Amino acid sequence: MASSEEDGAADEKETNHRRRTRGALATAWLTFYNIAMTAGWLVLAITMMRFYLQRGTHRGLYRSIARTLKFFQTAALVEVGHCAIGIVRTSVIVTGVQVCSRIFMVWFITNSIRQVQSEESVVLFLVVWTVTEISRYSYYTFNLLHHLPYFIKWARYNLFVVLYPLGVAGELLTIYAALPVVRRTAVFSLRLPNRYNVSFDYYYFLIIAMLSYIPLFPQLYFHMLRQRRKVLHGEVIVEKDD
Amino acid sequence: MSRATFFEVEVLDAKTRKQLCFLDKVEPYSTIADIKSLVHKSYPRWYPARQALKLDPKAKPLRDDEVLQSLPVGTSAIMYFRDLGPQLGWTMVFLAEYMGPLFTYLMFYFRLPYIYPHPHTFTSSSLTVVTLACVCHTCHYVKRLVETIFVHRFSQGTMPLRTIIWNCAYYWGFSAWLAYYINHPLYTPPSYGNLQVNYAFALFVLCEVGNFSIHLTLNSLRGEGTKCRKFPRPTKNPFTWLFFFVSCPNYTYEVGAWLGFSIMTQCLPVALYTLLGFIQMTIWARGKHRAYTREFKAYPGLRMAIIPLVL
Repeated sequence: MASSEEDGAADEKETNHRRRTRGALATAWLTFYNIAMTAGWLVLAITMMRFYLQRGTHRGLYRSIARTLKFFQTAALVEVGHCAIGIVRTSVIVTGVQVCSRIFMVWFITNSIRQVQSEESVVLFLVVWTVTEISRYSYYTFNLLHHLPYFIKWARYNLFVVLYPLGVAGELLTIYAALPVVRRTAVFSLRLPNRYNVSFDYYYFLIIAMLSYIPLFPQLYFHMLRQRRKVLHGEVIVEKDD
Repeated sequence: MSRATFFEVEVLDAKTRKQLCFLDKVEPYSTIADIKSLVHKSYPRWYPARQALKLDPKAKPLRDDEVLQSLPVGTSAIMYFRDLGPQLGWTMVFLAEYMGPLFTYLMFYFRLPYIYPHPHTFTSSSLTVVTLACVCHTCHYVKRLVETIFVHRFSQGTMPLRTIIWNCAYYWGFSAWLAYYINHPLYTPPSYGNLQVNYAFALFVLCEVGNFSIHLTLNSLRGEGTKCRKFPRPTKNPFTWLFFFVSCPNYTYEVGAWLGFSIMTQCLPVALYTLLGFIQMTIWARGKHRAYTREFKAYPGLRMAIIPLVL
């Protein structure tokens, strides 16, 4: 009767309050995360610039920022978790593919194959990544604080048009440079015979990885282009349904 | 006395909203299948199996057996059309999917040229486990082909071409990969020797027989007409007693057979294939289990989806 109705209403208020409280907690965490990542990549950018200005060469540049890079790039795995639990509205798969390709480059190419660390292509993709990540994380930060300067929005949705292909070029050239070393040292490879009757040739895996850029890169690039049109020009895109 | 009114059906493209055709003088008791045949007459390349007709562009496609006058439309209906792409009948799909692994494996067993290093071409392994594995693998796919042709009765007519290509790539690719290792000159036989091979082989055979029994049971269930819906129960065949514990023992037996094969060959790619198959079949089994429990009030509570008492 009357009392049970009140109880019902009280329950509803409690769930709404709980939902809003969880929202506030998530927002606080995301703001902290994005500020931290912006700061991290800024530190990377500044360290790289200082190194180049002081030494005048890119040799040894990677070693000087290796630890910071590994830390902040690996931390990006957390973003996959954000999408999975729903506090960020992006596809888990798209984020997952992006983060995995970065982790792959950092840990399985430049970190493990010392000889490629002095390649120019490494500097190329590092510069691209740094600029992209700073604009991306600062965009998210300002968005969460509901105070987005137009130039950050402009940077995030325009720079990638040039940076994305440059970054892909840097990554592909680095993997290509790693191929002869991998062939010679057979790193990460497993040969027959062995107890579990399996083999893995990292050399061919790298070749397949390079080839996989062909279908994957255009999809991600056009996804970003569509996002750009939607955000900057307010176009309504009719999605193709499968 | 009023005559039965005729219906008018306007078919629009779901994406462009342009009119594709206008059908007048349609009998009220026509089915969606009849409408699709009429559309097919105007558009010969869109055979009925590749048409999806809906009452709303975002809604689910209408079933072929739905009658026009039972739909929530007036005498003048608007339907939205979507082209599902080229379709293949289920029987053809399964034949394509299963022929591949069957012949690919044999290619590796007989060591056809260009697969293994030159001196080993057209030789065969001296190990019994390798020959046994070939026999098992071949019998498994022959059994599946026999079931596809003689046993299974498929509900929906067709499957889209892209799905078939992906499925074939998966089946053919994986069987080639695992056949490569098992028939390799440097293959290492199982660590526990004949004991491991024999027990694993026994598991494989039992599970294959079990799987076949379940398929026969499910088939006889369907045979009694689609009007009365029944769920499968254990019969006198001991292999069907797994029905006491699981809703989809055919999947349980399938996983068991591949588990036996993995242990028998001690080959990691086979174990990986078993794992992936297990994940996919668990998803299917849980869906089926949910459908059964929702549909039948007296559904046995002890039953799980695929693993007794666990999953």
